[in-house]
Amino acid sequence: MKNIQVYFKFEVNKVSFTPFRVPIVPQLKKNMILSMIEKGLRIDGRKPEDIRPIKIVTNYLDKAEGSAYVELGKTKVIAGVKMEVGEPFQDMPDLGVLTVHAEFVPLASPSFEPGPPDENAIELSRVIDRSFRELGAVELEKLVIIPGKKVWIVWVDLYIIDHDGNLLDASMLAALTALKLTKIPSYTIEGEDIIINKESAKTTLPLKEEAIYVHIAKIGSHFIVDPSLDEEVVADSRIAFSISRDGRIAGIQKMGQGGMSVDEIIKAMELAVTVAPKYFNAVDLVLNKEGNEG
Amino acid sequence: MKYGETPQLIKEDGTRLDGRKPEDPRPIHMEVGVLENADGSAYVSFGKTRVLAAVYGPREPIQKYMVLPDRAILRVRYHMAPFSTGERKSPAPSRREIELSKVIREALEPVVITELYPRTMIDLFIEVLQADGGTRTTGVTAASLALADAGIAMRDLVSGVAIGKVNGVLVVDIDEVEDMYGEADMPAAMATKLGLVTLLQLNGVLTKEEFVQAMEMAKKTLEKVSEMQRKTLLEKYSSVLQV
Repeated sequence: MKNIQVYFKFEVNKVSFTPFRVPIVPQLKKNMILSMIEKGLRIDGRKPEDIRPIKIVTNYLDKAEGSAYVELGKTKVIAGVKMEVGEPFQDMPDLGVLTVHAEFVPLASPSFEPGPPDENAIELSRVIDRSFRELGAVELEKLVIIPGKKVWIVWVDLYIIDHDGNLLDASMLAALTALKLTKIPSYTIEGEDIIINKESAKTTLPLKEEAIYVHIAKIGSHFIVDPSLDEEVVADSRIAFSISRDGRIAGIQKMGQGGMSVDEIIKAMELAVTVAPKYFNAVDLVLNKEGNEG
Repeated sequence: MKYGETPQLIKEDGTRLDGRKPEDPRPIHMEVGVLENADGSAYVSFGKTRVLAAVYGPREPIQKYMVLPDRAILRVRYHMAPFSTGERKSPAPSRREIELSKVIREALEPVVITELYPRTMIDLFIEVLQADGGTRTTGVTAASLALADAGIAMRDLVSGVAIGKVNGVLVVDIDEVEDMYGEADMPAAMATKLGLVTLLQLNGVLTKEEFVQAMEMAKKTLEKVSEMQRKTLLEKYSSVLQV
């Protein structure tokens, strides 16, 4: 039995409580992680600044307007983008809507329970949503069908199907890849009705900025990138930086218990900026291949 | 003003709409022991943002399975009153409140010496009475005062403030207008004596250089906020100390 963390539904989302069935890392393994990191090594053979191998499957789903399947080491995430016609927000009548949702489905981990998204799933989706939104990643002004009345709603649904740590970076990779592949269905306007022609030519979802997340854990005085679940549990403190293509910071979330000094946070930020191209390269590699074949 | 237009938030003389300089926080008010029933309580305001925090415990957990054999668990609820916002806020917990409850809990856990209270639960309830920007950081500030007021052992107090970027200028303690139209909102909380940042989020986009500067501004401000928290507690309890 590993990583047991049981959530009780009556408590979920009313209050946030200290996880009282924390994932368990055997003492021997914990000591191993701690002693190896002192020599700059990690238990899976990585260097501190290494990310795990990435596998991306593009257009993983047929019925979604954009989709991707991502493996980051043993963590597996599916992202599906659905385009729906809906009403704009009242205070933003001339903009489409982007919404990110995450489901920690119970088949992914012994610690996930069926039920509505808990605080961890809500945090993950909001952190990703914020980064895309603040960067203006999707050109929402181009998603207006009838100004003030009908706009495209872009639903990004993230499905965690196997949890081996660093759900954030994996989910962000999946979300970005899926958005880049998303096609807007063509439509005709007949009076107040929008008729969607699923079969005819589609246009690509307009993206003008891109970002990924780099999740960094501090173990002792050492920083490691892309922590596995065991490393997340052992870590003293964790922080994630969203980094844009041009190296700006488009979101931060300090996560878990513990804290870091200002100097440590700045060091972690520098590390995130240098690691970010590795994630972008993984996305570019698979999309370029896709482009050549298609 | 049309949507999409950014209003002038920094005036020509470099001051902000309410007359503050970029590095000035709003007027801060703190009180402890404001509620009768709670084991500890605090009221903190940063300008028009007003927050009440109360602590119950350490007490026996309602559900036995919630205990940890070696320490207390912390339960935190951040909640906004229906009348705290421009339009009435539904009292049901929103996704935002659920996330902030978690972030605030994680901001306080590093300082509470939970090992001293095994098999118990410490409840912390934060009610935002009026929201004008910086509610989570005001909430953290009030919460750590309430914990201290309850006599719960802590390694340090936690102080919070939000740094923002408006019209390209980094500013301390943003209010609602600056949050709404500004380019970035970076809430931060620190245990200043320990030198630990325990809460950090960024909603917006900053360059590396701006981020480093924003962190320095947060640290400088929080050292002052922490001093005020200590003073507030000392004023309340110095008579006890003299006996």
